[in-house]
Amino acid sequence: MGALGFILDATEGERSWRLAEYVKRGGYGALKKIIHEKIPVDQIVGELKKSSLRGRGGAGFPTGLKWSFMPRQFPGAKYVVCNSDEGEPGTFKDRDILRWNPHMVIEGMIIAGYAMGCQRGYNYIHGEIWEIYKRFEEALEEARAANLLGNNILGSDFSFELQAHHGYGAYICGEETALLESIEGKKGQPRFKPPFPASFGLYGKPTTINNTETFASVPYIINEGGDKFLELGKPNNGGTKLFSVSGHVNRPGNFEVPMGTPFKDLLEMAGGMRGGRKLKAVIPGGSSAPVLPADIMMECTLDFDSIAKAGSMLGSGAVIVMDETTCMVRALERLSYFYFEESCGQCTPCREGTGWLYRVVHRIEHGEGRPEDLDLLNSVTDNIMGRTICALGDAASMPVKSFIKHFGAEFEYHIQNKKCLVPEDVQRTGSGFFKAA
Amino acid sequence: MLSQESRNQIDRETAKYPAEQKQSAVMAALAIMQAERGWLSTETIGDVAAYLGMAPVAVYEVASFYNMYDLAPVGKYKITVCTNLPCALSGGVHAADYLKQKLGVDFNETTTDGKFTLKEGECMGACGDAPVMLVNNVRMCSFMQPGQIDRLLEECT
Repeated sequence: MGALGFILDATEGERSWRLAEYVKRGGYGALKKIIHEKIPVDQIVGELKKSSLRGRGGAGFPTGLKWSFMPRQFPGAKYVVCNSDEGEPGTFKDRDILRWNPHMVIEGMIIAGYAMGCQRGYNYIHGEIWEIYKRFEEALEEARAANLLGNNILGSDFSFELQAHHGYGAYICGEETALLESIEGKKGQPRFKPPFPASFGLYGKPTTINNTETFASVPYIINEGGDKFLELGKPNNGGTKLFSVSGHVNRPGNFEVPMGTPFKDLLEMAGGMRGGRKLKAVIPGGSSAPVLPADIMMECTLDFDSIAKAGSMLGSGAVIVMDETTCMVRALERLSYFYFEESCGQCTPCREGTGWLYRVVHRIEHGEGRPEDLDLLNSVTDNIMGRTICALGDAASMPVKSFIKHFGAEFEYHIQNKKCLVPEDVQRTGSGFFKAA
Repeated sequence: MLSQESRNQIDRETAKYPAEQKQSAVMAALAIMQAERGWLSTETIGDVAAYLGMAPVAVYEVASFYNMYDLAPVGKYKITVCTNLPCALSGGVHAADYLKQKLGVDFNETTTDGKFTLKEGECMGACGDAPVMLVNNVRMCSFMQPGQIDRLLEECT
């Protein structure tokens, strides 16, 4: 299959991330067009709305609408923030975008600054990817030297400064208000909303936060028009999108495909199932998205609406593939441990509830499950969901609910027989949970 | 007391933020000091607090919240292995087991010669490269099968 997308696919070949290469590929053309043709702000936001670009970080909120929430006439500082704190298990697209095409993100952020009247921006980069952070800082230096950042950009009266902020290992900082707290030099605990960041954001000023891939989509929309972007995908789900495929496939990696691509095509692009084994389950949108059994997933197309209809979420486009050798109890145990470890501790239902979820799944996995445990798990999730400041509580609950819903028989078998429905020797052949025989 | 070199590094970070928001540089300042001193003692946290004009407890709150700060001494090489689900499906747990065996330590332990500390990590955002490990918070190593792990350990002198 040829190149379908414009973010990573555009860099194929030499893969130089440098400014000169980006410009050679037409980079910063959208910014130049806006500045030289003095394109009105309304038109920029209008194109975004037309494009049907929906946030690529997980929530899928329409970007044009988000930008229109920023107060136009606000007299003081306003901020643009990029969320590159990519730590949702299964997601690894933003790292590749920043690695191979950092200037596309920078250009998108400058345009955002222009459209929303912001003077400053920050890109919050995941703690574990130090090398990528350093590269992004170098890319910023290149952009400053070329007067694409700083005062009077390209001779206009628009000035915009952009900096990188390096995280240091906290999943919760991917939540936008926790991220703002973190930039302010505090522990990353989410804020109560409202007020939303568009009215009270970074340092209490109006702020818009978008995901890395969202910003990277902006130059294309300005260059080619919102309609063309929309046509790349399908109605209400514009554009191409990066899907991170991990787990039991032959070729894990990022694939940039049109929204609405059938899942089975993506699976084929990822080299098919490892060892030719049978697909058992897929988590289609990062670890927080409900798991779907193979038969449902194979009928899905990859877009917000189709995955939602199937009972899950497109999320960040992180597709975790599990084959028939996988014990679903063991898989859930590891995810539940993650949410327990990463709960920020602010809200009681999440702080205590994630511990309960982990301990109960752990005891089922270890042959100490009790007959009432599945009801207990569902009751704990019911008492977490909707009762916390941020979505981490829901994110911890949805895997538990969906694993039990679709693979309840495996949990019951574990509880009754003190062992796994998938025999250990079968797990050893592929799952990754046990050493190969 | 902070060395002149670390002051310079911290100043570069402070300059990224509005003048009245020096506290925004606290995460970077702690990372800089951890790289220089190996870990963050109460004294180091106090030094950072004094330099940024923050209450020591506010700095401690940050240092104890984020996973990559070390509030106790670690070996010369801290190796963090991701064992989260996507990595586990592609050998993350095996890689951690191999390291444990090879180094003779469990997670959160340091080899007797003080050279290696092993940590269990959460998602590093590199699931496609599993097994993935991070050395001293700055060097990410991808596709770490036993052969690659052997080579990595040899490089750590």
